[in-house]
Amino acid sequence: MTEAGPPRRGKPPVFLERQSYRRRRVIDAARVLPFIGMLLWVIPLLWREDGEVAVRSSSAILYLFGVWILLVAGAAVLSAKLAAQARDGTAEVEARGEGAP
Amino acid sequence: MLNTLVFVCSAYALFLFAIAFAAERAAMRGQARWLRSPIVYTLSLSIYCTAWTFYGAVGSAVRSGFEYLTIYLGPSLVLIGWWWILRKLVRIGRSQRITSVADLISSRYGKSNLLAVGVTILAVVGTTPYIALQLQSVTLSFEVFGVGDIATGEEQGHTALWVAAGLALFTVIFGTRNLDANERHNGVVMAIAVEAVVKLAALLAVGVFVVWGLSGGVSEALAKIDASSLGQWQIDGGRWVGLMMLSAAAFLCLPRIFQVLVVENENETHLRTASWAFPLYLGLMSLFVVPIAVIGLEMLPEGSNPDLFVLTVPLSQGRDGLAVLSFLGGFSSATSMVIVAAIALSTMVSNHVVMPLWLRYAGGGAKVSGDVRGVVLLARRLSIIGVVMLGYLYYRLSGGGAALASIGLVSFAGLAQILPAMLGGIFWRGASRLGALVGLTLGFGCWGYTLFLPSFGAGVFLPEAWVTAGPFGIGWLRPHALFGIDAIDPLLHAVFWSLALNTGGFVLASLASFPGPLERLQGAQFVNVFEHSAAPRSWTGRVAQAEDLMIMAQRILGARDAQRLFEREARRQGMTDTLPAPTPSFLETLERELAGSVGAATAHAMVGQIVGGMSVSVEDLMAVADETAQLMEYSARLEAQSQELARTAAQLREANAKLTRLSVQKDAFLSQISHELRTPMTSIRAFSEILRDTTGLAPEDQHKYSSIIHDEAIRLTRLLDDLLDLSVLENGQVNLNLREGLLSDVLDRAVAAAAADEHGARLRISRDPAAEQVWLNTDLDRLSQVFINLVANARKYCDATRPALEIRVHSSDRLVIDFVDNGTGISLEAQDVIFEKFSRVSDQKAGGAGLGLAICRQIVTRLGGEISYLKGQGGAAFRVVLPADIAMAAE
Repeated sequence: MTEAGPPRRGKPPVFLERQSYRRRRVIDAARVLPFIGMLLWVIPLLWREDGEVAVRSSSAILYLFGVWILLVAGAAVLSAKLAAQARDGTAEVEARGEGAP
Repeated sequence: MLNTLVFVCSAYALFLFAIAFAAERAAMRGQARWLRSPIVYTLSLSIYCTAWTFYGAVGSAVRSGFEYLTIYLGPSLVLIGWWWILRKLVRIGRSQRITSVADLISSRYGKSNLLAVGVTILAVVGTTPYIALQLQSVTLSFEVFGVGDIATGEEQGHTALWVAAGLALFTVIFGTRNLDANERHNGVVMAIAVEAVVKLAALLAVGVFVVWGLSGGVSEALAKIDASSLGQWQIDGGRWVGLMMLSAAAFLCLPRIFQVLVVENENETHLRTASWAFPLYLGLMSLFVVPIAVIGLEMLPEGSNPDLFVLTVPLSQGRDGLAVLSFLGGFSSATSMVIVAAIALSTMVSNHVVMPLWLRYAGGGAKVSGDVRGVVLLARRLSIIGVVMLGYLYYRLSGGGAALASIGLVSFAGLAQILPAMLGGIFWRGASRLGALVGLTLGFGCWGYTLFLPSFGAGVFLPEAWVTAGPFGIGWLRPHALFGIDAIDPLLHAVFWSLALNTGGFVLASLASFPGPLERLQGAQFVNVFEHSAAPRSWTGRVAQAEDLMIMAQRILGARDAQRLFEREARRQGMTDTLPAPTPSFLETLERELAGSVGAATAHAMVGQIVGGMSVSVEDLMAVADETAQLMEYSARLEAQSQELARTAAQLREANAKLTRLSVQKDAFLSQISHELRTPMTSIRAFSEILRDTTGLAPEDQHKYSSIIHDEAIRLTRLLDDLLDLSVLENGQVNLNLREGLLSDVLDRAVAAAAADEHGARLRISRDPAAEQVWLNTDLDRLSQVFINLVANARKYCDATRPALEIRVHSSDRLVIDFVDNGTGISLEAQDVIFEKFSRVSDQKAGGAGLGLAICRQIVTRLGGEISYLKGQGGAAFRVVLPADIAMAAE
């Protein structure tokens, strides 16, 4: 599961040091973010569409673009964190690779 | 006004030419770094926003409310989730030097050109209407100015033709400056980035004007929206989710997006910036769509084309400057899309259709002299012109009627058919070429039947009866109601069935088929791209000629670049002033370089032509496909087992045959022995009766009869002695009487003893006295018994007219004594059994009971040696081998 350096032999340690633990969680967040976005953007399907209590378009615009801004901000923060990690310790972050535990 | 517009348009076009030219110059001087910043990359992605979105989004909002947003939400999610797919796609594209979507698919599935051609066709069919759409929108926007409602078809055609020609020219100039996709199209990308800024600025300007200029502020604008016909949230849930998915899929598959996203990508880290910046761009692009739509509905007369509100709203307010900016925004959207789409499609067409054909029919192989670069460039330029003109033709023939958005979605759905093969290819090693082929064919066919052909209107390509009642009256095959499901939106219906059939076919055919070695190698390279940084080693270079490769590389990469590449490789191999050795890794590098120019499949074929066949090294296969190794091992084991079984069976058959022969011989012996015993007994009885009962026998008769009795008794005794002797030997009860003596003495004694009862033809015996001077330490009497037997046998059975026996002696590590006569020898089937008891070669020469050789073997075995029959010596030949410790060299 490495892309830089030889694959690690033997049993990997059960607990990672704090820094690499944080790195992995940032990547987890980057993976989860699109699903959060999808969830938030399909919520309007639950809104009322008829009668007096129907959701106004202005609220819809505020909600949809609000989610958009949140997602962009979230992605920007994660991207900055990933960039900082890439500068610090490339190998460690990259070692996360695909589907590593 | 029209003249101004034409002037502005030309000026803008010139500006773009200048930008592109400047960017190319800067890149050539090595100042390209700022040209290739993450922001430029992000902006270049904006070719996703075409005239369809620039003009059509407002029209779509008027017609179906917020649904237009889905087209932006899908790609935003793809970018935000870049860690999942895009990161891998870009890495694969860079490590495998992918030039297009078709190249990606072909490369993944064993560099199959068939697949590449299929994807190319799909891309051309799916993109042509889209290019037509851009031409139409530019023409429409021209009409809005100047020509207005007096527009005639002829003038429309002229505008579209001029635009198409101008775009083709631009694309040819900047899109085919260099061949190697790795060098990338700096000028084009820069121009597109500028156009991205222009269209965003234009739309934002119109939006700001609408919200603050016409509505009087944000809250007023929101109030107006709520009061309008778009005031309530109303959405078709299926289309909301379905279109979001569709646009996300199309974003990955559109050839032009792939071009800027993967092929033109300079640095993987740019993706990180784009992951938030591009969703932001899309958000800004779609922010003012609803306000513009609402104001347009409010201010413009009933029946105005909502697709052009972005232009007509400023115009109606007398803001000509804003309108021109807006026009330029639309113009930018249209042109950037056409340019990049033409580059992407021409790369596919020239790499996967034209070049393979040219190589096969006109080129006479990759080794002919001449510059292939020219051919590639020409093919690419012609392809660009062809693609743009195809779009123009489509526009002219379709009449440009349909609402913009619907053409766009039809095109999206068509290109989304690539998705299963693409995602399957990068995430699933089991995905096979056949699977991709089946999936693409099913999906493409289903899309064509349910969406593309009906989009021309009933009766154009599909008979009207088919649409209403189904083909040949089969109701459940109606294009808009497959399997009788008709309560669903036609677009969703087509997307659902085409992708379902596509994915299903892809998975099933992949499960059922077995991929070839190259395919599996590529599969592993793609799926585990983050683990393998090395490309597949697929060439064996021993037969390749470095000069031939050099010639070919020069023709494709250009002399300077090719020489540089070869020099670099030679240095890496530790050589100077010479061509690099065609090692597999060098061939692989070269192939990758060539792939950047002509596509993976063609590069593979070209190197293959020179290297003379490709092979995959065993190590690679073992490493990549463990199961292959296991299978091979298993089958080898099975084979070994079955061979062993066959051997055992043969041995058993042999043993059985031997047993049968022995049994026959035993029976023969029993009858023989009883006969042998009976004959002397009979004569003994007869003559003893004569002696007892006859009185007055003459003394000489008496003597004669008693002699006969005596002889017969001796014969009986000898027979019984032999039997006894054998039985003693076999039971191992014999005591050896070890003595020292010369081999020649033993042989002398044996020859003399065998000659004692000489009668009949005399046997000539030739010997080698010098070699016989070997001291022995063994039971000399027993050994001489063996020799006597062998010499006597030769005397008895040699059937030559002048019988001769040769006794040869060799002593090396063991003492070997051969007895070879000149008779006919022993028949093949008898050779096996002559050493068995009771074995007799032929009945008519029956001189003994067939125990002689059996006794010999027992004796020699007891002495620690062996006796065997020598085949192929001309006559009967026996070999006695004695161990070395018996023989001592003569002193």
